[in-house]
Amino acid sequence: MSEVKLTVNGRAVTRDVEDRTLLVTLLREHLGLTGTHVGCDTSQCGACTVHIDGHAVKSCTVLAAQVDGSEVVTIEGLADGASLHPMQEAFRTHHGLQCGFCTPGMIMMGIDIVQRHSSLDEETIRKELEGNICRCTGYHNIVKAIKAAADDMAVGTPSMAAE
Amino acid sequence: MYATNYAKATSLEDAVAKLKSSEDGKFLGGGQTLLATMKQRLAAPTDIIDVTKIPELQGISVEGGKVVIGAATTHSQVAASKEIASAIPALAELAGTIGDPAVRNMGTMGGVLANNDPAADYPAAALALDATIMTTRGEHAAADYFTGIFETALEEDEIITKIAYTIPKKAAYEKFRNPASRYSLCSVFVALLDDGPRVTVTGSGNDGVFRVTEMEEALKANWSPDAVRSIAIDPATMLADIHGSAEYRAHLVPVLAARAVAKAG
Repeated sequence: MSEVKLTVNGRAVTRDVEDRTLLVTLLREHLGLTGTHVGCDTSQCGACTVHIDGHAVKSCTVLAAQVDGSEVVTIEGLADGASLHPMQEAFRTHHGLQCGFCTPGMIMMGIDIVQRHSSLDEETIRKELEGNICRCTGYHNIVKAIKAAADDMAVGTPSMAAE
Repeated sequence: MYATNYAKATSLEDAVAKLKSSEDGKFLGGGQTLLATMKQRLAAPTDIIDVTKIPELQGISVEGGKVVIGAATTHSQVAASKEIASAIPALAELAGTIGDPAVRNMGTMGGVLANNDPAADYPAAALALDATIMTTRGEHAAADYFTGIFETALEEDEIITKIAYTIPKKAAYEKFRNPASRYSLCSVFVALLDDGPRVTVTGSGNDGVFRVTEMEEALKANWSPDAVRSIAIDPATMLADIHGSAEYRAHLVPVLAARAVAKAG
């Protein structure tokens, strides 16, 4: 067993878990944060993407014990009360989702992409999304949403919760 | 995920001691290959010993014509490093082609080199740039380090601490990806070192990464894409699978080598 201490969406969390517990299992089954999805379970689809210390990682391929002491942000940690994060708002406005299964991972990766690039064009967004798969193949609006959110975030829209 | 024991090593001695006291332990880097392999039961270590927090495995520095990179450095850190981008831009660019952004945030250089997947990218750079693989037992020249597919000169309890790459006069990496797995189907690294040109190939060789000395000789006489474009590779030395035949891979080598030379300028 491992004692894992994390800050999850701003809240200090301590759990005793089996060593084999994946981060996504801790989030979904121990903490009830089911917004993070398991798609492929082989680190290809990106539905399980969360932020660890500000960087996007695939939580299905990380042990909870590996990231002991880290700050984790999931899709549930983005909105500030009733106000959506600019990336969530952009996905809503631009209809960046169809069935919605890949959406949490797309949004977490979208924020990571915006944070790493001072300016974003469509080609860069498409390249950066190579580890996130949408089975509805709705990439066009996902790309549009990330571009719009990047523009919003650049002009300093309200502070991002938990970021 | 199947049962295993996890431990975080605090020092090199601690890591080696933990491995020795385990039944069938393995060292863990970022886990982007090992954890996925364990899920598929292609590996089932009783213990995994995380070496990524050990101080000796950290840091990036440029010293005496070499870029020295800690084994726990992630691909994202290599791709974003200003020191590496200015000393060996081709190496920073290569790191930015591994997996995808989320995988690059976890995966480490030491993990890749210890695993020596035949389709991994770093082996091509290490062999082309005469890298020295520094470990808890000493040093390995890249030329002696890669001994076959998933095989290296490392002992079971040996840990890579740092990797020193020779800064070339120029270099470039041309990657041809399997569009599904994002791994190299065939990729070529070319470099011009003080003692001459280097051409290495990953993703395609029967024995893993290899040098193409005939292309190196041709580039020595004439550093231009045309010098390598017509040099044929024997398909018998190449891997074949559902993603590409040996003949196809053999055909790709001179095509990619010519592109890499053009890119290096």
